[in-house]
Amino acid sequence: MKFGILVNEGPYTHEASDTAYQFAKAVLEKGHEIFRVFFYHDGVNNATRLTVPPQDERNIVKCWSELAAKHQLDLVICIAAAQRRGLMDAAEAKRHGKDANNIAPGFRISGLGQLIEAGIQADRLVAFGG
Amino acid sequence: MADETQGGVAKKFLYVNRRAPYGTIYALESLEVVLIGAAFEQDVSVAFIGDGVYQLAKGQDTRGLAVKNFSPAFGALEDYDVSKLYVDRESLLARGLNEDDLLVPVKVVSASEMAEIMDGQDVILSF
Amino acid sequence: MLHTVNKSPFDHNTLETCLRFARQGSAVLLIEDGVYAALRETAVSKQVQDALKRVSIYALKSDLEARGMQNRLMDGIQLVDYGGFVDLVVAHNTVQSWV
Repeated sequence: MKFGILVNEGPYTHEASDTAYQFAKAVLEKGHEIFRVFFYHDGVNNATRLTVPPQDERNIVKCWSELAAKHQLDLVICIAAAQRRGLMDAAEAKRHGKDANNIAPGFRISGLGQLIEAGIQADRLVAFGG
Repeated sequence: MADETQGGVAKKFLYVNRRAPYGTIYALESLEVVLIGAAFEQDVSVAFIGDGVYQLAKGQDTRGLAVKNFSPAFGALEDYDVSKLYVDRESLLARGLNEDDLLVPVKVVSASEMAEIMDGQDVILSF
Repeated sequence: MLHTVNKSPFDHNTLETCLRFARQGSAVLLIEDGVYAALRETAVSKQVQDALKRVSIYALKSDLEARGMQNRLMDGIQLVDYGGFVDLVVAHNTVQSWV
């Protein structure tokens, strides 16, 4: 089956991103496909390159980046939610005259249409939130 | 339920709103999903349950908060072909509200009617 | 339908709301703080036991264990791991996440 996954909360504050990540891994282990992981509301904060969690704690952002690299996952953060919360890639930073960009590897910024498309194209869309 | 999912029959999308406006961003950002989603020609319904019914309350005046009053957008949903708005009767009653207190025409339903509506959906997004 | 509930029943009315809309024969998966609803001898145990007559209820094992509640599981609630979570999603046409 093809899965869409929606993550609506940021790393650490809520368990949502952890649960979504473990779920995503289990989906792949079971031989299913992940069409897209979409990050909305504070979920866009899962894409920050600037996170430095304590050494003995999991690095949630890195977990997602590595899972994406290993399985060629499409990790998308919503552009509107990202702009509100200050997540930018290089193109966005240039467009808005910001002096930095902060997107972690494996993530891309796009519109809410990507979430709707995931709902249409996937057999199951599962949301994780707070 | 849709038989095909790829470039074929429209899927039934239900957006479930359970949170009050302004205290958190969920109400506003959920509406943004509904509006963007409307362009995809799927079969869209929106449900208001619990404090979500407060999103439809008349008379919202946010000037004192310096926050955008987004409630007029509910009035525009019809222009986007989103006309199936369902409100949970029990949630309205618990809050001392009735249909006249709401901004837009809605269908007030019982829990079992809402459950039936939910059961017929392909995709449910809860905010 | 598969419903997921991730909030504690003592802190939020999420489970109560979910059960109002969960039809006979559907499944409810308790995850994250929602697993506190899977315990015996609490103020909500009776409500959950009654619900078991109409719906199947599951709890995510890792979340129960993380919270030290693994020895308090109510009879009739089935434990699943993340693989079991995936299987539940596959087995039901739609998932509704009550957050």
